[in-house]
Amino acid sequence: MKKIGSLKEFACTPDRFQGGHRLCPGCAHSMIVREVVNATDDDLVISTATGCLEVCSAIYPYTSWDVSWIHVGFENAAATISGAEAMYKALSRKNKLYNEDRRVKFVAFGGDGGTYDIGFQSLSGAAERGHDFLYVCLDNENYANTGGQRSSATPLGAHTSTTPRGRVSYGKKQKKKDLTMIMAAHGCPYVATAIPSTKHWKDLATKAAKAISTVGPTFINALSPCTTEWKFKPEETTEIADLAVETCAFPLYEIEDGHKLKITYRPKVKLPIEDYLSRQGRFSHLFKPENKWIIEEWQKQVDEYWDYLQRREEAGV
Amino acid sequence: MALKYELKQKEVWDGNMAAAHALRQAQVDVVAAYPITPSTPIVQNYAQFLADGYVDGEFVMVESEHSAMSACVGAAAAGGRVATATSSQGYALMVEVLYQASGMRLPIVMTVVNRALASPLNIHGDHSDLYLGRDAGWIHLIANNPQEAYDMTLCAFKIGEDERVRLPVTTNQDGFLVSHTAQVVKPLDDDTAYKFIGEYKPKYPMLDTKNPVTYGAQTEEEWHFEHKANQHKALMDSPAVIKEVFDEFEKVSGRKYNLVETYKLDDADVALVLMGSAYETAMLAVDKAREEGIKVGLLMPRVFRPFPYNEVAQKLKNVKAIAALDRSMPMGTTGALYNEVAGALAANGQSAIMTNYIYGLGGRDTTVEHILEVIRETEKNAKAGKRVTDLQGFINLRGPKLSFN
Repeated sequence: MKKIGSLKEFACTPDRFQGGHRLCPGCAHSMIVREVVNATDDDLVISTATGCLEVCSAIYPYTSWDVSWIHVGFENAAATISGAEAMYKALSRKNKLYNEDRRVKFVAFGGDGGTYDIGFQSLSGAAERGHDFLYVCLDNENYANTGGQRSSATPLGAHTSTTPRGRVSYGKKQKKKDLTMIMAAHGCPYVATAIPSTKHWKDLATKAAKAISTVGPTFINALSPCTTEWKFKPEETTEIADLAVETCAFPLYEIEDGHKLKITYRPKVKLPIEDYLSRQGRFSHLFKPENKWIIEEWQKQVDEYWDYLQRREEAGV
Repeated sequence: MALKYELKQKEVWDGNMAAAHALRQAQVDVVAAYPITPSTPIVQNYAQFLADGYVDGEFVMVESEHSAMSACVGAAAAGGRVATATSSQGYALMVEVLYQASGMRLPIVMTVVNRALASPLNIHGDHSDLYLGRDAGWIHLIANNPQEAYDMTLCAFKIGEDERVRLPVTTNQDGFLVSHTAQVVKPLDDDTAYKFIGEYKPKYPMLDTKNPVTYGAQTEEEWHFEHKANQHKALMDSPAVIKEVFDEFEKVSGRKYNLVETYKLDDADVALVLMGSAYETAMLAVDKAREEGIKVGLLMPRVFRPFPYNEVAQKLKNVKAIAALDRSMPMGTTGALYNEVAGALAANGQSAIMTNYIYGLGGRDTTVEHILEVIRETEKNAKAGKRVTDLQGFINLRGPKLSFN
C-alpha cells in the first residue's frame, strides 16, 4: 500500500490523468480521478463507463490517460475490467506476462448512472465473482453527460431535467439509493465513501490506496458535486462537498469485510441540512413555504442515517 | 500447465462437444460466458475440462451475455486469446458489445449455436441470431455438422488473430440439429491442433503497461467514418487469409474448406443456395433430383461475412435458375441470402432467374422431399426462361398457402 504523505508530496506524484481534458471547469470528477490513480505506485489498467469522464478524457486523437484505459459501454465497466483482470491472472499462471517486473492493478470508474442504474448488474456480478479490482463511483447524482436527468442516486426533492420542479411538482419524489451499503452487503473486503475536498483530500487518497492494495473487489462511492447540474459556481465545488459532510448529507465512512464500519470523519457540530441545500440551485424551490416539509423530511432522514452509522460503528457489526 | 487430453482417431461428438474441445485445444487464456440453450453444453464441457485439469486459462462465468462479451472485450484488449459461446437471446443481448469488439479489432472467437429469436419463444435452430449479427463487423463461418464445428473453431482463431486480419470471428452451427446430434468426428491431437493455431501475439495489449494504450476513444464526424472504413477494409481483405488458413488446415487434417462450397454444381442448370445443416439434406435431394433428370447443384457460402460475392457469382455463372433458401424470417423483404446472391449476380452482369424460400424456422423440419419440391419448382423457371413461380415461398409452413410476388 502506498503511504500517503504530505499534500506537497502527493501533489508531486507524476500525473497519470493529464490535463487538457474537456470536463467542465470546477468538475469534481478530475479531482477524484487524479487522487485515485495517484494513490498507488503500481501500474494500472482502467475501464470507464460511458459518461462525463469518458466523453471528456479520450476524444480521438487525444487521450488524458497515461495508463492503459478502455471504454466499452455504459453498463459494463465492471464486466470489462473483470475480463482484463482475468487475463492478468491467466497470463501470470502461464508465465506469459508482458512485464514481469511490474505489478498491475485494476480500477473501474463509472458515474452514478453507470453504477447505481444501468451498470449495477455488471458491478454486482463482478463483485460476487471476487475479481481483484477497485470500482469508483463518481456520484454526481444525475445523468450529467446527457443533460441532467434523474438517476437512482438523485436525492429527494432535487430538480433534474426529468424530475423538473413545476406548478404541481417539487422535483424527485424518491430518496437516494444506498449503494455503498448494497456493495458492503456483497461482502466486499473494502467499501468506503469519499469526497473531493481540500480539507479531506487525505481521506480520499488513503481510502483509494487502501482499496487498491486490498485483494478482491473494493468499492468507493465518491460524491462528485456537479457545478453544471447542481447549479453552484465552479469555484465552490470542494466547499459544497465539505458541506455535504458537515451536514452529514454524505457521511465519510468505510466498511471492511462487509461489516466492520468505521466513521472516518465526525463533524464537531453537525450543520443543519439547509446549509447544504440552500447553496445549490437544484434545491432552490424547496425553500418555498409549501415545500418546507421536504426540508424537514431531509433533516429527518439525515439524522436517522447518521444515528444508524454511529450505532453500527459502536456495535462493531 | 494443462494436461493433454488423449483423443481417439475417431470420436463420437455432438457439435457442442466438438466446439468445446476446439476451445480447449486452443488453450484459450480467458473464456467468459453465460449459459443458454442450445449452446449451454459448450460451457459445461469446458468447465469440466477445467475441473479435470485440461485447461489452465481463466473461466469466468458472468451474470449475463452482455457481461460475457464485455468481459471478453476487456480480456482481449488486455492481451491474450479469448473465446465465448452463445445462442439466440444471449446473442441478442450481446449485440451492442459485438460492435465494440470488432471496432476495437479484437480477435475474439465465439462459437454460436444458432437458434430462433423470440417472440414467440423457441429454443430450436434457425438463423435469426446469425442474421442479427450480420453487420456487426465479425467474420462469420458456417459449420454444417459436428466435424465442421470443430474444424471451423480451430480455423477461427488462426484467421481472427492473424495480424493482417485482427477481427472477431463466429463459428455457427444449427441448434440441436448439429449441437446435439452426435456424429463421428476426427479430431487433431492436442499438439497438432495447438501448433496449427499457433501462438497469438496481441498487437496493443493493455497489460503491456510500459506502453499504455487507450481503447474505445470517442470519434465524431472528423474521424468516425475513416475508422469504420478501415474496419470494413480489414473484413474485405480477410478472404486471402481465410484461404491460406483453410489450405494449411487441409495439410494437417486432410479436410478441404473453401470460401464457397458447392455440390454437383459444375453442369447444373438449377442451383440452390443455402447454409447450415439443411445443406446436407439438400445434397440427398440433389442426388434424387438428378435421378429424375434435373441437372441441379448446391452452393453454400462457408464464409457468410465477408460475403464472397465474386466467388458466388463465378460459381453460378452457368446456371439458369437459382433458389436461395433462408432460415430466418426476413420480415418485410426478401431473405438475406437471396439479397446477397442477387447482388452478386447483378454486380457481374449475370441474370439467372432467382427465387427465395423461407424454411426451418424454430427448428421446423425440412426434409429431402421438401427440398426436392423446391428443386422441381426452380427447374420450371429454368425451363421457362423466366420466373413462373412465386418470388418468395415457404417450405413446410402450415395453413393456407403463403407466397409473395
